[in-house]
Amino acid sequence: MQRVVFPLALLAAVMALVVVGRLTERPTRPSELVELKQEFSTKPIASVDHAKLTALQAEFTSPQQVTDACLSCHTERGQEVMASSHWNWEREEFVEGHGIRKLGKKNVLNNYCVGVSSNLEACDKCHAGYGFVDTGFDFHSPSNIDCLVCHDTSGTYAKQGSGMPVAAVNLQLVAQHVGKTSRATCGTCHFFGGGGNNVKHGDLEQVLFDPPREVDVHMSSAGANLECADCHRTQNHQMHGKLYSVSSMNRNRSACTDCHSDRPHEDNIINEHTLKVACQTCHIPTYAKDAATKVAWDWSTAGKLRDGEPYEEKDAAGNIQYMSEKGTFTWQQNAAPEYAWFNGTAGHYFLGETVSDEKPIAINELHGDYHDSDAQIVPVKVHRGKQLYDSVNQMLIQPKLVSREKGAGAFWKDFDWDRAADAGMKSVGLTYSGQHRFVATEMSWPINHMVAPKEQALTCAACHTRNASRLQGLAGFYMPGRDRSLAVDRMGAGLIGLTFAGVVLHGLGRIVSHRRHPTRQS
Amino acid sequence: MNDRRVMVYTRFERFWHWAQAFLIMFLAMTGFEIHDSFHFFGFDQAVRYHNAAAIALIVLIALAIFWHFTTGEWRQYLPTRHRIRAQVEYYLIGIFRDAPHPTKKTVLSKLNPLQKLVYLGLKVLVIPVMVISGLLYMSYRYPQRYGIEALNIDGLGTIAIVHTAGAFLLMTFVVAHIYLTTTGRTPTSNLEAMITGCEELDSADDVAAALETPAQREQPCEINT
Repeated sequence: MQRVVFPLALLAAVMALVVVGRLTERPTRPSELVELKQEFSTKPIASVDHAKLTALQAEFTSPQQVTDACLSCHTERGQEVMASSHWNWEREEFVEGHGIRKLGKKNVLNNYCVGVSSNLEACDKCHAGYGFVDTGFDFHSPSNIDCLVCHDTSGTYAKQGSGMPVAAVNLQLVAQHVGKTSRATCGTCHFFGGGGNNVKHGDLEQVLFDPPREVDVHMSSAGANLECADCHRTQNHQMHGKLYSVSSMNRNRSACTDCHSDRPHEDNIINEHTLKVACQTCHIPTYAKDAATKVAWDWSTAGKLRDGEPYEEKDAAGNIQYMSEKGTFTWQQNAAPEYAWFNGTAGHYFLGETVSDEKPIAINELHGDYHDSDAQIVPVKVHRGKQLYDSVNQMLIQPKLVSREKGAGAFWKDFDWDRAADAGMKSVGLTYSGQHRFVATEMSWPINHMVAPKEQALTCAACHTRNASRLQGLAGFYMPGRDRSLAVDRMGAGLIGLTFAGVVLHGLGRIVSHRRHPTRQS
Repeated sequence: MNDRRVMVYTRFERFWHWAQAFLIMFLAMTGFEIHDSFHFFGFDQAVRYHNAAAIALIVLIALAIFWHFTTGEWRQYLPTRHRIRAQVEYYLIGIFRDAPHPTKKTVLSKLNPLQKLVYLGLKVLVIPVMVISGLLYMSYRYPQRYGIEALNIDGLGTIAIVHTAGAFLLMTFVVAHIYLTTTGRTPTSNLEAMITGCEELDSADDVAAALETPAQREQPCEINT
């Protein structure tokens, strides 16, 4: 019998190990990072030296002349740009509850400076065109395309409100030094959203012009030294990727998995997390790494004047805390994001929509939950606003803020909310009832940039812990380490405790009784 | 008296017992760290060790099942009502009066009726529940994607709570079990038996019967003179 048992047992053990081994096999691609480094270590070399082109030897007197010169060779590029959201500031999107709508900067509200409508002469500084100062702008005139703001390589190009280049720009020099876009060109607008460094996004700031490796492992020259367009791959002037402040659909998203696999870790348990956890959640442990970003904006305190003049107050770090024009700001630097389930679709508040202010109004609600197979946990900057609301018509107000002179109703000149609300709502074809209050709003900015080196990624215990879990706010699912059944834990601990007490008493009883009758021990 | 020492626990049985004891304690330690009851290895290492130890325990259980059936030792766990009352009374009263142990340990019947019941409960209820809930916990691939559709588990909640409850039961067992090892002939005789395999039996007939089993012939107990 024994002769059979042990070989059979050994065989069973070996088979069990083989089965376990097969089941836990790890499909890893150790060469993935090596391949990517090889791919991106070859930087493109321009095939044309624009300084040698005759069309660009002219003494340009207007930027439109430069554009015409560009289009004289790149004949169809104008049509491409005019089909892009950099030009149109809107795109057609299906928005849950609203159907197919044109959605973009042109018509959405936010809880920063509220909206571009009625304030174009300031916001236009970041339009890829010349002169988009009012609704009369001709979106079908290719001469108004601003090629240079994206393609300048000289570093001397700059725009002003109205979208025109500042007077000091040498158009000929810039025209002769055009090339691929870069962190420098994209950053001139995108790092300064909200009117200052990192004010709006939180994960796009001027440190990214030349970031240290700890700030951004991809864009650092000590890392992969990537340009924006290496991820935001562009064809026919259509950029890959977009942001949910101005879009709604789960399409054309730039993703880590465009380059990396979705099972990039050696540890399979971590790979499994990618089903429910976006890469960014662990790999962007903090945002606003260099400069503070605005996390709350209370418009209700705006309008206080000193001796009839507007003023501002800064905190110790130099961030503006109060401005007569804008109200009170809260800033955060090196901030831990909030986290949300996100399936790639977002709702939007549209101008003119009636909405209750019982709870904070979601300007762009991110959709998704645990049970949604498309949803992942993503890091989010939530910007909390307190902004103007029409108490009678029950809608958010687009106020007029900007004007060159006093008396046009612009709040930043006249400091009168009723006139600013009236002028602003008129400019978008709505009416202001005359009654306003300030209501809480929330805006969600998924955090995607500033990926940290892997050694700085969040570790398990950042989330899998009872008390200070990063995912404390996400309910509706069980997460080991964070969750438990309090009843089972109490009963279990009670049972062990009672048993322990029982055996201690029983043992003491035996010792005492044994001393009285020391019989059986031999 | 020493000529009554016979092999009660064979080499495999002792290996199985101690390997299982170590694995269960290690699983409890890593498991309760995953449960955030305390911090020692760190969450990620605790998960890794817990999974590895779980696989080792499953392999060990497979071997033990095989051993139990090929040797017929599974019959040791057949429950009986015989003397169960006497055994309870012994633990509650007799033990304090140095009354004789109501169940005689023999090689053919090593377990007292309470042990039979409790060990059977562990074997058919607690351990299977822990293994199954543990496997579901481990192989859980989150709802819907990449998983086997038929095994689509929408959430860890129930699995994890059942697994935790089982862990509390096992730890309760461990406390009682360790204490009850001291209730043998001497406070350490049961422990020694599980280490050396050899234990003194009361009756000469049982010793004679025990000496006929193959285990005794292969691994005879040293007889100290």
